[in-house]
Amino acid sequence: MTHTSDLAPDLPPDLAPAHEALEEASFLRDTVRAFRRNRMAMVGLAFVVALVVCAVFAPWISPHDPYRVALDEQLLGPSRTYWLGTDNFGRDVLTRILYGARISLVVGIVPSLISLAIGAVMGILSGYLGGRTDFVVMRLADMMIAFPSLLLAMVVMYTLGANLLNIFLALALVGWASVARVVRSQTLALREKEFIEAARANGTSRSRIMFGHIFPNVIPTLIVLFSLSIPEAIMWESSLSFLGVGVQPPEASWGLLVAKGKEYMFQAPTVAIAPGIAILLTVLAFNFIGDGLRDALDPSMKD
Amino acid sequence: MADNILSVRGLTTEFSGGRGDVRVLDDLSFDVGRGRIVGLVGESGSGKSMTALSLMGLVPQPQGRVTARSILLDGTEISRLGPAGMRALRGRDIAMVFQEPMTSLNPVRKVWEQVGEPLAIHHGLGRRAIRARVLEMFEMVGIPDPKTRLDAYPHQLSGGLRQRAMIAMGLICEPKLLIADEPTTALDVTTQAQILRLMRELRDRVGTSIIMITHDLGIIAEMCDEVNVMYAGQIVEQADVFDLFEKPSHPYTRGLLASIPRATEPRAGRRMPSIPGMVPNLAKLPPGCRFSPRCAEAMPICRRPPDLATLDGGHVARCWLHAAPDTRPMGETA
Amino acid sequence: MTASDIVLSVRDVTKHYRVGGGFAGGPAKVVRAVDGVTLDIRARETFALVGESGCGKTTLGRVMLRLQEPTSGQIDYRGTDLTGLDEAAMRALRKRLQIVFQDPYASLNPRMRIGEILAEPLRSHGYGPPADIRDRCAELLEMVGLRKQYLHNYPHQFSGGQRQRIGIARALANNPDFVVCDESVSALDVSIQAQVLNLLADLQDRLKLTYFFITHDLAVVRQFADRVGVMFLGRLVELGTTEELFAQPLHPYTMLLMSAVPRPDPRQRGRDRPMMQGEIPSPMHLPSGCRFHTRCPFAQEICRREDPSLQAIGSRAVACHFPLSG
Repeated sequence: MTHTSDLAPDLPPDLAPAHEALEEASFLRDTVRAFRRNRMAMVGLAFVVALVVCAVFAPWISPHDPYRVALDEQLLGPSRTYWLGTDNFGRDVLTRILYGARISLVVGIVPSLISLAIGAVMGILSGYLGGRTDFVVMRLADMMIAFPSLLLAMVVMYTLGANLLNIFLALALVGWASVARVVRSQTLALREKEFIEAARANGTSRSRIMFGHIFPNVIPTLIVLFSLSIPEAIMWESSLSFLGVGVQPPEASWGLLVAKGKEYMFQAPTVAIAPGIAILLTVLAFNFIGDGLRDALDPSMKD
Repeated sequence: MADNILSVRGLTTEFSGGRGDVRVLDDLSFDVGRGRIVGLVGESGSGKSMTALSLMGLVPQPQGRVTARSILLDGTEISRLGPAGMRALRGRDIAMVFQEPMTSLNPVRKVWEQVGEPLAIHHGLGRRAIRARVLEMFEMVGIPDPKTRLDAYPHQLSGGLRQRAMIAMGLICEPKLLIADEPTTALDVTTQAQILRLMRELRDRVGTSIIMITHDLGIIAEMCDEVNVMYAGQIVEQADVFDLFEKPSHPYTRGLLASIPRATEPRAGRRMPSIPGMVPNLAKLPPGCRFSPRCAEAMPICRRPPDLATLDGGHVARCWLHAAPDTRPMGETA
Repeated sequence: MTASDIVLSVRDVTKHYRVGGGFAGGPAKVVRAVDGVTLDIRARETFALVGESGCGKTTLGRVMLRLQEPTSGQIDYRGTDLTGLDEAAMRALRKRLQIVFQDPYASLNPRMRIGEILAEPLRSHGYGPPADIRDRCAELLEMVGLRKQYLHNYPHQFSGGQRQRIGIARALANNPDFVVCDESVSALDVSIQAQVLNLLADLQDRLKLTYFFITHDLAVVRQFADRVGVMFLGRLVELGTTEELFAQPLHPYTMLLMSAVPRPDPRQRGRDRPMMQGEIPSPMHLPSGCRFHTRCPFAQEICRREDPSLQAIGSRAVACHFPLSG
């Protein structure tokens, strides 16, 4: 590990080459370089990129109209025309999945990011400042966690109306509290570390300590939480959709496709299984990316 | 030298990792006489703790690979034993006391259950018999008020008492050999003095043979009969304790002895003698003598690896300064 | 001695912690980590504070820099009472009051490069434009005997001794004049320990530093310190110059502490030296009278009743009813 061990510290320091560029440390560049060396992470990234492209260009690349009902073609098995068969309305499953990706990806990522951002800030403030801030934030989080989250999300959806923006809001509201708890406990541990004390001894400001010192050290946790929360958000969305307060048919989301498709499990298994596999692959891809990022962000893994 | 409880020949431990194999122990040979205390002293990375793990069969598998020409424990060859054989040996014939009395006891189990565990494993004793035996051991290691301590949980004992309990656990099956790996490093000086005295008394009373692993030459001087000085995975000097302190022969030992601060001598000057540089990375050892880059007495010949050279009276040093003239390669001069 | 000789003076400082309490924990207990310590640190000296774990030496070091708030008492730094300063004024003074920590593995942020670690205190105190900061960082590294290329490396790439040098460089960034060294060489190997002590000595001479050197290691104290304070359960029990104190300790605790140090000389083994029996009482349940009387081989009736205060004996001071005669 120590590739710097060629130094004899008690000898007169040898002089460095005359004008060595003292480049400003670039954490980002290092991270990108380390990430690109991770094969699984790159595969995951490629999958997600491909998925995003498909979702964006769904109207152009999908073979059929996602909303066209053909009652004479219900629940067909996979064929050359319908690669993944048709659903109970005779709609092409592949097309529905491509369109569903648009909603599911956004629903998976955006609320997770929002709840991570809120949770991280709240957790760090609560853990580092302690006292009254800690009390208020944690009681708020307790309330969020104690309240049945599905009910909470449903209340939001009912009162504000079932649209995408409100799904984000509902999911973020449900999600930030657990993030804040994890980040807070990590902050409590970090606060006692000598390097934090050293920063205080140097007169470093509190905000710089919280967001310059503690934040980088909770990033790996945030990444793990992120890769875990994407599938969770997709599932949440499907629950809400299933209960009729989420995405409204005939719009398609993966969760909704699985929920509706499972009724026809025995006649046409692909209707439920294909979007299920799409969820599975996406979640795996995000997990690979998450692992890769976590390692890439760890300075001791960069050698 | 017939009466050795442990006789190690050619102990070598290697780790395979992402960047090839690293040899952390290189051809170690030493003996532990019956009822003797033998020291292994060295700095971090010297391999002293790895020696203990290798003898105990506790080197992580499969990355680690331990080989030896021979390891005789009380006359029995143990270097060819498999994992099951080593398991049967551990706690019964060889026991170990670790550095951290805090973390080497399970916090949720009562002390007597843990201290008595080797008896349950190796002798299948019942709870009542174990409890009685643990009580005896607690008395032997000088735990005050032993009856009430039996049912204590580890956090209810001070560091010193915990380490006494660990020693009791180590000795409960009357092992042939006790390996103590920095047993007092985590303790305060006054507690350390008590634990060291206890170990010395146990040796005198019960005749326990002990391998004492430490970085502290003070502890070596207080405790040991013989000493092995380790550097970068090798034994560089081996001697009777009095010889070692009177006539340190390897430049590393001399440097180490010079650089330890002494509480008994007034300050000599503003600067203390020190060894320049630092312990080499085992993956990138210098060619030849591993100490030569830091050695004030390095010579051209030190680019070749020196063998252990015998001085007088069993005193051995791995240094070209002491190599007999005929063992030196032709044409090289000191 | 004139007042200007004194860099920092601690006046009757206490630091008490509450432990436990709350709904189910029963009544809260008070730990008196530091319990009335008065001390003057003179300019450019190395003052060593020795004691065993739990004696309050680390807490006192933190309180002196107001990294922890004292429960009561005064801390005067060159005529300014630190306990009365608001946060901004205290932050500004941190340039002059620094600390080097014990654990070279925990005291450097693992996610920052050495360059960033050294630049931070400079930025916090408005050192100057980025180019000046970069030059200063390189200068600091060379000052502690490391190459300036290491500015780009991360802490894990260094050995313990090198990291401790980096920690020293960070403490020296803004030219402090008072540095607390909290067990700063205790985690290092012997051969590296001597190197770092020599570095600290050189820097002290060059930069006119005053060290407050906290340690449990009496041997290091004898070889490095000018004056020594011995702490026991939150109190200073003995104070004196290093040579006086080691030549003839006045407090029985100091004597027992000194005799417990293993000596690197096998010819001295076996000599029957006094040894402390049993364990040190917990700072939560302090004994009555002299805190040391339960372990003291010389304790008398008065020691059980009366708590001795620190009394001057010539140039030294001791808190004992029956100081060992010199």
